[in-house]
Amino acid sequence: MAVFITEHSRVIVQGMTGAEGAKHTKRMLKSGTRIVGGVNPRKAGEVVDFDGHVLPVFGSVSSAVEATGADVTVVFVPPAFTKDAVIEAVDAGIGLAVVITEGVPVHDTAAFWSHAVSSGGRTRIIGPNCPGVISPGRSNAGIIPDDICGPGPIGLVSKSGTLTYQLMYELRDIGFTTAVGIGGDPIIGTTHIDALAAFEADPETEAIVMIGEIGGDAEERAADYIRSHVTKPVVGYVAGFTAPEGKTMGHAGAIVSGSAGTAQAKKEALEAAGVRVGKTPSETARLLRDLLA
Amino acid sequence: MDLHEHQARDLFAAHAVPVPHGVLAVTPDEAHAAATSIGGTVVVKAQVKTGGRGKAGGVKLAHSPTEAREVASDILGMDIKGHVVREVLVVEASDIVSEYYFSFLLDRANRTFLAMASVEGGMDIEEVAAHRPHALALVPVTEVDPAKAHEIVTAADFPPSVADQVADVIVRLWETFVAEDATLVEVNPLVCTRSGSVLAVDGKITLDDNAAFRHPAHAALADVTAEDPLEAAARARGLNYVKLDGQVGVIGNGAGLVMSTLDVVAYAGSRHGGVRPANFLDIGGGASAQVMADGLDIILNDPDVRSVFVNVFGGITACDAVADGIVAALGMLGDAATKPLVVRLDGNNVEEGRRILAEAAHPLVTVVDTMDDAADQAARLAAVGV
Repeated sequence: MAVFITEHSRVIVQGMTGAEGAKHTKRMLKSGTRIVGGVNPRKAGEVVDFDGHVLPVFGSVSSAVEATGADVTVVFVPPAFTKDAVIEAVDAGIGLAVVITEGVPVHDTAAFWSHAVSSGGRTRIIGPNCPGVISPGRSNAGIIPDDICGPGPIGLVSKSGTLTYQLMYELRDIGFTTAVGIGGDPIIGTTHIDALAAFEADPETEAIVMIGEIGGDAEERAADYIRSHVTKPVVGYVAGFTAPEGKTMGHAGAIVSGSAGTAQAKKEALEAAGVRVGKTPSETARLLRDLLA
Repeated sequence: MDLHEHQARDLFAAHAVPVPHGVLAVTPDEAHAAATSIGGTVVVKAQVKTGGRGKAGGVKLAHSPTEAREVASDILGMDIKGHVVREVLVVEASDIVSEYYFSFLLDRANRTFLAMASVEGGMDIEEVAAHRPHALALVPVTEVDPAKAHEIVTAADFPPSVADQVADVIVRLWETFVAEDATLVEVNPLVCTRSGSVLAVDGKITLDDNAAFRHPAHAALADVTAEDPLEAAARARGLNYVKLDGQVGVIGNGAGLVMSTLDVVAYAGSRHGGVRPANFLDIGGGASAQVMADGLDIILNDPDVRSVFVNVFGGITACDAVADGIVAALGMLGDAATKPLVVRLDGNNVEEGRRILAEAAHPLVTVVDTMDDAADQAARLAAVGV
């Protein structure tokens, strides 16, 4: 088992013919992802050859789903078109939409999220502004490098892409069931809590790494959730102790507003819920090792 | 981007939110002229992006144009919590009977928006939220029509005499929030005057930088004079940079890793005379030689910087490209590069990256294997002479 994607996932790519989409489609194919096609209304009916993998281009998500049985879409379309792309995926009834695009206006994210909820919640959305999700050795939907580590018993959820890679690297000898990058925007689809729930339910996941950063109170809410719902060991890491108030630190959602959203408050909330929180990524990896030992 | 009060007021007016008559002035004489054209008693208000203007003496009443000139000359040039006052807004004084609070903001937890309203306005809303939470109505919203606006008015217990007017203002504020792609629209106070009209007397707007592509007019709202010169230079080169107050320059890839790097530098610094990170700089996915050179150039031009820590985990970016970038950047900068660089590379093609740096053997560059050790080394180098 793994969470969100497995070797059975049938993946399409929205924006497959664009530069970023093409580059990462090639990488995902190399990771063994079952990519079954792409979507671009202006190139419907064409095919694209990725080193011998010949993939059809469909005019819409619904025609792609109908022809291929796709249940996952990875979205690379530019920010101005992301809202429509995700709404189209939701309307096609796809099970998982992984939205890689960075720079999506937050009103657009709120709109496609609200559309997904009012459509019955059939579509899980991960992102936007996220690196995607990888179940090492099985499938890879997004831009996480597949050569950092192999499969193993750890589940990881993170707001940050490079910190995901860093922790996967530190724990490469143990390996991961699934690593989920949920993204650093203020409004995101899948949250820490959603991923924690999935890891708790996944029989192969034995321990969980949760990475947070300044801004909002998602980590505090996740701490409450862990206290009442998570029985598996969790270690945490929070970035941004030195971030000044009122400055956006790279991610649109990473901002301390007044006294709200500080790293210290998140760390304290997690520790109060029994989560051991590392001061650095390497200490976090050591804490996880101790738990599994 | 946070807007000044007068910019928020202009956007409110553009969306038919009722605001008092006002004119912006940058000199005492302009304030005199503004007070003359408005007539009667006016309020002269410092335009700075920080709270507590009133307490600091940045908001004053003037009963005549002459007095407006006098108070404007007191306020202009004033330093309020590190913000120098360069403009004042001269507005007609409202005959206020009641002060209310209203805002639309992001509701991260519910992945939608939130309306906050209170009939106890005019003061710090965080105080109201902390000490009198029942006096603050919180209503999650995805769409605001007149019916929803009335629901908010009822939830906050606005008096019946102003209910319709406040609901109308709420609908217009929602239009402002959506049409301008704002992440915050706040009116404090929203007032009821003796003549019974409802006015947005003071307001704040934060615009979503991600939506700038569909609002070309918003670019003119950026306050370039108040910006840190290094931040302005970095922005002009498309770099994601925030100036901090320490001595260790930091370059990394990915917002989370760079934030983490700042923290690790600060921990290491506590063992080396209390040195701290000098900046946040995320060079993102494709760290070309040019981007690396631009980043190093900004950081080396910061007089506070004593050492530089380059911390890269090669995900999509290959470490050999980063190493090439560092070598090329140092070549481009030549004698302008004078501060020691500690480099930590891991991930994609790391052996080749380390080999390139070893071969270049640049006297300023030290390669260290782990993030913690590299932070310690950079902090130690910065502490020399502190």
